[in-house]
This record gives sequence, C-alpha cells and structure tokens, in this order.
Amino acid sequence: MGAYADLFVKSLFVENMALALFLGMCSFLACSKKVETALGLGVAVVFVQLLTVPLNNLLLRYLLAEGALGWLSPAFAKVSLAFLSFIVFIGTIAAATQVVEMTVERYAPALYATLGVFLPLIAVNCVILGGSLFMQEREYTFAESVVFALGSGLGFAVAIVALAGIREKMTYSNVPGGLKGLGITFVATGLMSMAFMVFSGIQF
Amino acid sequence: MSVSAALMGKPERHALATPILDNNPIGVQVLGICSALAVTTRLDKALVMAIAVTIVTAFANLAVSLVRNHTPSAIRIIVQLTIIASLVIVVDQFLKAYLFELSLELSVFIGLIITNCIVMGRAEGYAMANPPWLSFLDGIGNGLGYGLVLVLVALARELLGAGRVLNVQVLPLVQDGGWYEPNGLMLLAPSALFIVALLIWALRTWKPALQEKD
Repeated sequence: MGAYADLFVKSLFVENMALALFLGMCSFLACSKKVETALGLGVAVVFVQLLTVPLNNLLLRYLLAEGALGWLSPAFAKVSLAFLSFIVFIGTIAAATQVVEMTVERYAPALYATLGVFLPLIAVNCVILGGSLFMQEREYTFAESVVFALGSGLGFAVAIVALAGIREKMTYSNVPGGLKGLGITFVATGLMSMAFMVFSGIQF
Repeated sequence: MSVSAALMGKPERHALATPILDNNPIGVQVLGICSALAVTTRLDKALVMAIAVTIVTAFANLAVSLVRNHTPSAIRIIVQLTIIASLVIVVDQFLKAYLFELSLELSVFIGLIITNCIVMGRAEGYAMANPPWLSFLDGIGNGLGYGLVLVLVALARELLGAGRVLNVQVLPLVQDGGWYEPNGLMLLAPSALFIVALLIWALRTWKPALQEKD
C-alpha cells in the first residue's frame, strides 16, 4: 500500500502536472479567470484522466507491446507496435472525451451545462496525453496507472482552482500595462510553482 | 509575374513574417506554453524542440490545407489530430535513430507536440481557410516565432543557471576556481515562468497595441 500512497502523493504534489511539469498550461491560463469555471475544468480533467490512462495502459499491454500479438500466430511473437502508441493514445483520448460528453449530456444535464464547453477541449489538453505518455515511459502496472491518473488529475485541479482564486483577488490590483493579463498570471504561477517545491522529497 | 514573385509575393511574406514578432504564438496568441517552459533548461534541447515543432507545424498546415475542401467539419478535429500524430511519430522515430541521448532527455515532450496548441491552433485557425503554400509558410513562421522565444528563454536559463551556452563553459564557475556563482533557481521550474513573464512584459511595452484591456 505504501508504494501506491507514495505514487499518489508524488503525482499530486511533487510532480504536479501544472506547476512542476508545465503540462496543460494553455487551458491552465485560459480557464483560470473564475473559480467556478476552473473547478469545472478540474473535475472534467480528473474524470477523463481516470478513464484514459488505465484504458491506454491496457491497450499498450495487450495490443502494442512487444509480443502482445503473439496469440494471433507465432509469427507475431516478436512484433512490437509501440511506435504507434502516439496515434493510439490520441485516438483513445478523442473517443473517450466524446463518450464522456454524450453520457454527461444524457444523464446529468445540469453538470453538462457547467462543463459543456470544456469537455471537447480536454481532448487536446497536454495533461491527458502527458499522463498516458508518462505511464508508457515509466512502465506502470494497471493498478499504478489508476493511482497515477487520480493523483495527476487532482493535482491539476488543485493548481487551477488555486490560481483562479488568486486571479479573482488580483482584478483589484494596479498592474503595469505591459504585464496585465498574461504577464502577471505567469508571475503568479511562478510563485505558486516555487511554493509547490516545498513538497519535493516527501516520501512514505 | 515572375516565378519568384508568385512564390514569395506580399501575402506570402506577410504569412511568414507576422507570427515572428507581431503575432508571436507564445507572447501574443498564448499558444504552446507547456513545452516552452519544460524543455528550456538547456539551449540544445530548446533548439531541437524548436526545429521539431517548426517542421510539424509547417507540414501539418500543408496537409490540412490540401484536404480542407474534402473534410466534413464534423470530423475535422480527428482528421487534424491524425495528420499531426503521424508527423510527430516520424519526428520521434528520427530523433530516436539519430539523436538518441537527446530524445531520452526530451522524453514525453516530443510526443506532446501532438497536443501543442500551436500546431492545432494554426491547422484549425489558418490552414482550414487558406491555400497550401501560404499555410506552409504560416507554419514555418509560427514555428520560428515559437523557436525565438524558446531560444531566448533557454539561453538565459543555461547561461545564468550553469554558466554554459550549448554545453560550453562561458562563465567560469566558483567551484572550478572561476568567479561566477551559478543561480540554481534558473535550472528549476519557476524561473522559466518568470523569464517568459519578463519577455512578454518587454514585448508589450515595446508594442503597446498588444497590451490587454481590463
């Protein structure tokens, strides 16, 4: 259990997707003007991340890895399709986002009204593809990939909600013209990223 | 009209040149920030990344523009993603074959070119509405504009953080008997954000038309 707790804390705080690895920066900056929208995007990211990373893990293991096609015929025992992983991952992600969007629209119209705009955007969010690529690079097992997906998704959600809180307060500040908007948001994110560095080294 | 004027007329030069400063993808359009921050600890990594993104953006724009009149709008995102992902696979396999060490260090960030907003943004925003040659030049221009910011950030981080440029020691470090005390923060994540913020500040003070209104 300790290893899983360790991985969870590591992916949530130490290697925070947004603040330590800078993944998903575009939506991180674009959707963090209000806490409400930030929360919506955060929830959607956790959801899609939890769906796609384990799914891609299974696809990688039973379809793309070296020898995974061995059951078809012995001639395929040494075939590795791992170089196709990019295209398979992005396909899974695009399909999963579409399915999630339709399901939410059908069974939870209220949630759909809040998340509506963000769901399709998630297909091209670096956090989601990055999660699957890290899963491949670090060779996570299925259970590890579930824990990692939950941790990294929550990490992004925590970071974007926190930044939105800061930006809401900042609307009343007198910022120099050239730094207005994007510039000062970068500075705030940098300070948050420094604050998150205190988590490095935490282990269970 | 001569051949060179047909290939490099006014609209062509405009498509190539505006994204470099006036419509810089990072500083003005706010696209492609993720990789700009993550791969800039060393100049050689930033250069390889800039070249990779330029090639992918240019050829993705070209391909998307070629099929733009045959793509139903309902499935255009999937079509664009497939084109981009195929190009990125080619770039990734090329780097693994010829620059293996560097490709290990860039790790997932080559794969993440697929979701780099610059590539998607230009394919969706420009190539879907413009002819192939113009789109190709627009891709090159945006790649160069992105590369410019990447190189500036990487230069500052490598020089101030380790006293090196392209792995050559420029400032002699204190621990080797020199005079320069390296600033360790420059090699850590937050410094990239501060440097990009300063660059945006400088660009928008120089060109006030780019400043955001309240």
